[in-house]
Amino acid sequence: MYVADSRSSKAPAAPAASRPGRREAAAEPAPGTRAARAAVPGTVLALGTVSLVTDVSSEMVSAVLPLYLLTGLGLSPLGFGLLDGIQNGFSALVRLAGGHLADRRGRDGAPRHKAVAAIGYGLSALCKPLLLLVHTVPLIGAVLAVDRTGKGLRTAPRDAMISLATEPAHRGRAFGVHRAMDTAGALLGPLTAFLVLRTAGGPLLADGGQQHGYQAVFAVSACVAVMGVLVLLLFVPNRRAADDPGTAHDPGAADGPGTAAAPHTADGPPRLRDGLALLRLPNLRRLTLCAVLLGFTTVSDSFLYLLVQRRLGLGTEYFPLLPLGTAAAFLLLAVPLGALADRIGRRRLFLAGHGLLLLAYGLLLSPFGGLPAVVCVLVLHGAFYASTDGVLAAAAADAVPAGQRGAGLALVGTGQALARFACSLAFGALWSAVGGTAALAWSAAALACCAAGAAYVLREQPTAPAAPAAPAATRTAEAATAPATPGPTDPEVPS
Amino acid sequence: MTTAPLRNRTRVLILLAAVVLLGAVGTGAVRYAADRSADRDRARPGGPVVTRGAVSLRAPASRELVFRNMAWGPHRDEIATVPAEHPDGPRTASGVHCLRFHAAAGTGICLQAERGALQDTYRAVVLDDHLRELRSYPAAGIPTRSRVSPSGHLAAWTVFVSGDSYAGTDFSTRTSIVDVRDGNLRDNLETFDLVKDGRPYRAPDVNIWGVTFADDDVFYATAATGGRTYLVRGDLGARTLTTLHQNVECPSLSPDGTRIAYKKRVPGASEDAPWRLYVLDLATMAETATAEQRNIDDQAVWSGGADLLYALPGDFGADLWTVPADGTGAARRLLDAAVAPAYLG
Repeated sequence: MYVADSRSSKAPAAPAASRPGRREAAAEPAPGTRAARAAVPGTVLALGTVSLVTDVSSEMVSAVLPLYLLTGLGLSPLGFGLLDGIQNGFSALVRLAGGHLADRRGRDGAPRHKAVAAIGYGLSALCKPLLLLVHTVPLIGAVLAVDRTGKGLRTAPRDAMISLATEPAHRGRAFGVHRAMDTAGALLGPLTAFLVLRTAGGPLLADGGQQHGYQAVFAVSACVAVMGVLVLLLFVPNRRAADDPGTAHDPGAADGPGTAAAPHTADGPPRLRDGLALLRLPNLRRLTLCAVLLGFTTVSDSFLYLLVQRRLGLGTEYFPLLPLGTAAAFLLLAVPLGALADRIGRRRLFLAGHGLLLLAYGLLLSPFGGLPAVVCVLVLHGAFYASTDGVLAAAAADAVPAGQRGAGLALVGTGQALARFACSLAFGALWSAVGGTAALAWSAAALACCAAGAAYVLREQPTAPAAPAAPAATRTAEAATAPATPGPTDPEVPS
Repeated sequence: MTTAPLRNRTRVLILLAAVVLLGAVGTGAVRYAADRSADRDRARPGGPVVTRGAVSLRAPASRELVFRNMAWGPHRDEIATVPAEHPDGPRTASGVHCLRFHAAAGTGICLQAERGALQDTYRAVVLDDHLRELRSYPAAGIPTRSRVSPSGHLAAWTVFVSGDSYAGTDFSTRTSIVDVRDGNLRDNLETFDLVKDGRPYRAPDVNIWGVTFADDDVFYATAATGGRTYLVRGDLGARTLTTLHQNVECPSLSPDGTRIAYKKRVPGASEDAPWRLYVLDLATMAETATAEQRNIDDQAVWSGGADLLYALPGDFGADLWTVPADGTGAARRLLDAAVAPAYLG
């Protein structure tokens, strides 16, 4: 017990606030363990595992899909990028529906985050065995569309569950842990796919006929996807009516009865209109505006890698490694930067992350070249993701009342995704008009302007003038002081 | 979703059972696929006879056909020859593995896969007349087309560059040309100036593939941009590509330099099988449909000036078929279990 005792003495206040405590409390773990779990709740670890496993499954398929379509089905490479973009936009819109549905309450009065997420993960899992059965391009397109629908549905309820399971003071780190696990899955997926192909006889090339390897990849991917759904159903606790505001009073919960101030009435289910009415919350409105503004100037990954390869003179054989570089940096930095966000303020780190992206653009435009420059750009790009992706969700969670967390997170996420989609189209057009380097220079200038604008919009607000309708006024100020004493009382409860 | 909460031990047991069950299903699927793949290393009764022997690319005594042997057995995927007059005869396998191959005037271009620990890498290898490696270049993706110029001085190849695993489905092609005499490599034809409909044209989505050589300076290829494909005439010295005609993919220039065989995307055909084999007269730009009515996804090869040779999916991956270039006659199967042919002599 010596170790446990010494650990528990370092964080004496934490156990009382242990959020997903139902399971742990039943098992009566040592106090030290409970302190550690309070920082990263079991729900977050469980959801991280679900994301990791699901990403292994989906990235397995995306890694071999181009090969399969080209060599197995003789599809032309043209038009595929556009199809991909349209499906991504569609997925972003479905996310709004997912967030809204998740906030609606079941007959027992509890929100349905887990149910909606399970349907989302389930839809995508269902698509993998379907890939074994469909062999024409339109049908494969349809299956992929259903897969994206599942992804769109699950994203907002999943992030809502992460935010609701975590004390506000630790949300940055919790999202960091989730994104790191998610990215680990994205890295493991292609490796698994190629191991399966290797074992099953290797990918056979543009000669038609032999597709056993691909079938094996789809089959294994389906098994992995089912595991993901199962982990979700078994290990992510259901939110009960008593956990949530508006239906019960549970002062010990991290998200106490704060919904009285939300735009919808506490008794009725949130209506679709209430989703947009969320924009009346000043903090959410500001955050959404900034996410959209900055999304407009975030050059899509594919374009960035293309520029890295061309501007920095990288051999084309290394091109497939570029996304891995970004992902590795994202994986390593997600947790430390998430924790940093908890200390210095999420909105501040979100802005700083775009500063890192601006640095990456600058390095690409500078006369520097060669391997060191490539590594720097990729590390900056990964750090940009680590300081914006989960951090934005954490910041958005601060600004939305618990009862509409799903819809609120979806709003910010969808705004950002659609803005990035628009940026992709615009950047492509700009590239054809003035060339890649000039297009990047314009984007860098636009990003600098938008970041300055966002910094102004997100500047520290005095608590008082922020509309009383927003219970989560300035989260950054609280976040800066909170980690030292994560007390059992919820800072989100207006007193 | 509002079932009675399960006990922790029950959850873990369910999970373990699922891991065992799904693990078994996954392992079974992989082993089944591996078994089916391993079949390809065992010769099939009734298949062509393949024996190991010396293969030379230098003009043989009588005309020969060289190709990648796809027949199941120990010499699968090796470059092999048969007498052009007896395509059903015994095959001579060289021991050299290539995914794509072409040869002319004693020079061969071979696109190979090198098995890595986790992922295949690809390279383009220039071979001398005894199939010995002269030079090799790393290739950024899966090989698709290869050609040697009639003089044997230039070699061209196209690979699919699959982009990033993040975006998943983005990919494009990359085409390179090398002078085998001095190793002068044009790594990416997309850097050439493109003149489209008489005007300089730039776009990020330009893709070039499927080179066919006229001589050591002029070649033809496919250029794609904005969802359309074009026949382009390339000038190696001037580093330019000029569009000549629309809806042309994988051109193949006739030996006399007057016609181009190509795959044309025909309207009304199913989206995953849209290509038919056509011949374009370069003087009049008149298009002639060949008698082959099936979907063709290959860069055809001219057999003399009258017939075309191309691959179609078959029982062992691919078979070679032939059809007259002038639109008459009918398609007939020339060779089982073969792909990427070239004539020697």
